[in-house]
Amino acid sequence: MMSEHHIDEVKKSVRIYITVFVALAALTVVTVAVSYFHLSLVAGIAVALFIATIKGSLVACYFMHLISEKKLIYAVLALTVVFFFSLLLLTLSGHHNTITGTQIVS
Amino acid sequence: MMPDTIPYTTHERPDTGLYNAKIGIWLFLASEVMLFGALFSSYVLLRVGSTNWPLGHTILNVPIATFNTMVLISSSVTMVMAWASLKLNNFKKYRLYLGLTVLCGLIFLVVKGFEYNAKFEHHLFPSTSTFMAVYFTLTGLHGLHVIGGIIVNAYFLGPGSKMWFKEPERLTNRIEVSGLYWHFVDLVWIFLFPVLYLL
Repeated sequence: MMSEHHIDEVKKSVRIYITVFVALAALTVVTVAVSYFHLSLVAGIAVALFIATIKGSLVACYFMHLISEKKLIYAVLALTVVFFFSLLLLTLSGHHNTITGTQIVS
Repeated sequence: MMPDTIPYTTHERPDTGLYNAKIGIWLFLASEVMLFGALFSSYVLLRVGSTNWPLGHTILNVPIATFNTMVLISSSVTMVMAWASLKLNNFKKYRLYLGLTVLCGLIFLVVKGFEYNAKFEHHLFPSTSTFMAVYFTLTGLHGLHVIGGIIVNAYFLGPGSKMWFKEPERLTNRIEVSGLYWHFVDLVWIFLFPVLYLL
């Protein structure tokens, strides 16, 4: 059985989960609303990815409990971030190394 | 400890400070980041290198995708509430919340099915364009992950829930682990939605 202290802690977490849910829903509406402003492509990408990063962080920090996790999990994730960006840069480097005349069609 | 039982399902391992399934799911999620990362970086490369890339909202249905985003976000909160209910020893609420999570997952898939069908009716296939190929590959892989999550959650809603009466703490940890996976699937969609539909 859980102690009174633990039960209070979980109940407090539940209130946080509801708040995060409201924030996520609101941010989704904001993302869609901003897309109707027809910003320039670069500004649009920056705003959309910024909001998505906030939303993703909320999910990771609160729903996935990363805000209070053990060090080993952080170490695994730090390594993942390094490899993810290496992969991204490695692929993007291909953009500067294409054979002359190559054209990607949409 | 019995020699034939799986170790550290409830107690933390002294060296990692975690129960085994938790480090296991995080390592799996790390590999998932690389899987989606590979496709995402391919998308970036194709888009940057393209001379003419269509805006997502001119081809795809934004209101439907916004609805589906809300559905997935809701399923994430019901998933974490299912876990919290077990922590509060409320098995009935656990089943209610997990049931809602499965339902939301199914709604997401049905809506996605309608969306795919509308594309096919308009003769838009993966072979139609690079954009459509990227769209079907990314959302298709994501959809497969949703199906996987539904299967696991449905198991814990049905036969898997019996564990509550013998090893409640172990079931609570299992729900935390399946929740971590489900939240990850939600997180991927949070990025896919603006990238494919809005930009």
